[in-house]
Amino acid sequence: MSAASDTVVDVRDVHYGVAGRSIFSGLDLTVRRGRITAIMGPSGTGKTTLLRLITGQIQAGRGEVRVWGENFSTLGLREIYRLRRRMGMLFQNGALLTDLSVFENVAFPVRAHSDLPESLLRRLVLMKLQAVGLRGAASLMPTELSGGMARRVALARAIVMDPELLIYDEPFVGLDPISLGVILRLIRQMNETLGITSIVVSHDVKELSAIAHDSYLLSQGGVVASGSPMELVQSGSEIVRQFMSGAADGPVPFHYPAADYREQLLAEGGR
Amino acid sequence: MRTTRSLELGTGLFVLLGFAALFFLTTQLPGSGLKLGRESGYLVTARFDNVGDLKPGAPVSMAGVSIGRVESIGYDPRVFKAVVTMRIQPRFNEIPDDSDAAIQTQGLLGGKFIGITPGGSETYLKGGGQIEFTQSAVVLENLVNKFFANFARRGSDGDKPPATEAQQQDGNGSK
Amino acid sequence: MSRRSLAESPPAVALRRIGAVALFLVRILGQCLPALRQPQLLVRQLYNAGARSLVIIMLSGLFVGMVLGLQGFDLLQRFGSEDALGVAAALSLLKELGPVVTSLLFAGRAGTALTSEIGLMRATDQLTAMQMMAVDPMRRVVAPRFLGGVIAMPLLAAIFSGLGLFGAHLVGVQLMGVDAGSFWSQTQGAVKLEDVSEGITKSLVFGVAVSLIAVYEGYHATPTAEGVGLATTRTVVASSVLTLLLDYVLTAMFL
Repeated sequence: MSAASDTVVDVRDVHYGVAGRSIFSGLDLTVRRGRITAIMGPSGTGKTTLLRLITGQIQAGRGEVRVWGENFSTLGLREIYRLRRRMGMLFQNGALLTDLSVFENVAFPVRAHSDLPESLLRRLVLMKLQAVGLRGAASLMPTELSGGMARRVALARAIVMDPELLIYDEPFVGLDPISLGVILRLIRQMNETLGITSIVVSHDVKELSAIAHDSYLLSQGGVVASGSPMELVQSGSEIVRQFMSGAADGPVPFHYPAADYREQLLAEGGR
Repeated sequence: MRTTRSLELGTGLFVLLGFAALFFLTTQLPGSGLKLGRESGYLVTARFDNVGDLKPGAPVSMAGVSIGRVESIGYDPRVFKAVVTMRIQPRFNEIPDDSDAAIQTQGLLGGKFIGITPGGSETYLKGGGQIEFTQSAVVLENLVNKFFANFARRGSDGDKPPATEAQQQDGNGSK
Repeated sequence: MSRRSLAESPPAVALRRIGAVALFLVRILGQCLPALRQPQLLVRQLYNAGARSLVIIMLSGLFVGMVLGLQGFDLLQRFGSEDALGVAAALSLLKELGPVVTSLLFAGRAGTALTSEIGLMRATDQLTAMQMMAVDPMRRVVAPRFLGGVIAMPLLAAIFSGLGLFGAHLVGVQLMGVDAGSFWSQTQGAVKLEDVSEGITKSLVFGVAVSLIAVYEGYHATPTAEGVGLATTRTVVASSVLTLLLDYVLTAMFL
């Protein structure tokens, strides 16, 4: 029982496809409480699709996705929304609401779900903004923020409802080294001080290895390797080594599938 | 805070203008609609044998100048006549009480209106007064019928009508 | 013809699209009551849809009315009935030009703004972010915008007609010398309340149609800059065509 309650997200034998193209065929994955789980993989392996499955935005074709023991495919929209209140999500570009100020963006989920008095709300929002170091930017509009700042505001918004599960979708993309360091530190801090279970989706191996407790490598419709980042680096699997070291060609081919090069050239020359 | 205020101001202005326009269109434009205050002028009635398609709101004019409007049209069952109530603007307060009211037509396709031809009396119409001398609307069909009736009668009994009359008839017929 | 290609044939695609838009309308209507309980959102959308379209509607109304004054005078003069100018201008403004031209202008001004705004929210994950915060974007984003458009349209059309009538009066009475008294009294004699309500009904229907298309296209826009641009174009084309089509149907119904 203790092992079961320790599991936050449980993905079992999930099949999923879009427009006849299969993305997952038999995906298994577990996220445990209080840990940072990294999900890595080359572009186009369905990392974002996995997040959408975990948050109940889409339903698996076959297999089941359980979050806190509840199976998404058996839930109505109301229950899904109830589960989502326990989650926070950080989008790739922040996804701040452009017509609201930084303060109002962070206050948005609170206003939507509770009738907190204005003074309390203000204190709560400023506290979360302080945590990401942007209390001074409360009155700015999202368009006035840099990419890194926008992501920090989005992080403040994601944690304002004190979620039990935080999901980061590509949090490192397009950041300068300083901002990247700040985000890395914040992810670890959220996990250590608040004990928030975290899922980080990325393809930045080096950054992830520094903070993740568990990691999964996705490729070709399923998990090709899992374990601690250390175990992955030392893995004997060729595909894992290719991904971790960034080699151009390997099990993940450099060339998109095509007819034989020489034959095609000759055929076109003859025409 | 300033943006909120200008937003509310703009929205308020828009809603106010919109409802003012709606109010104007629904109550002021249709003749049957609401009459808003300051309806000045005094009422005068006149009885007509036939009002044709005269409508409330039609102008009342004297010498081609609009001096008032038709307020309402009713029917008096005792004398079998239409009762037209007119509202005359207060500044035209010197209309002789023996004036003559006639229902006339504006242009070829225009609507009916009441034309008043002043009489020679020294006393003037007052509020609640009545114009005794009236001239009914000319109903085009009646006119045409009368003409054809005349035409048919002449054609049947007038074997050899005078030349001038025949010419006149020809002229009419070709028109 | 195989089943698959039949399902992809243009009539089938068009039919599916109509069905999708209709279902979207049902979803919006379900969220309209909750949206009414957030008046500050509605006020903002009334501002966006209505107040921001005010200048273009007023200017267009004035000039359309003035043109009506000139053309109407020229035409009626030939029959010696220039006094009927007020009637001609009022009826054509109330029943046709007011609702139709307002709807076309609204599609270009407010409809495109709605589509690109919602489309950009989609493209920047704002809609998904709301869903992740357990806030229904249909309630928070779509329904208030739809309602704002539906409420704004009849008001804008009334303003258009009112100013158009003023423009016709300006040209007919001040410039061409039609008698002001008969201009208005003939108008009041000929215009019935049904004529006014026909115009209001039309503009309400157009308001629903144009707002629905605008929010639908925005909500379902491909989440790229190009996709939002295409959706905006589709909004203008579809709502203009639909306005004229519905205008014919409604006119036939009222006659």
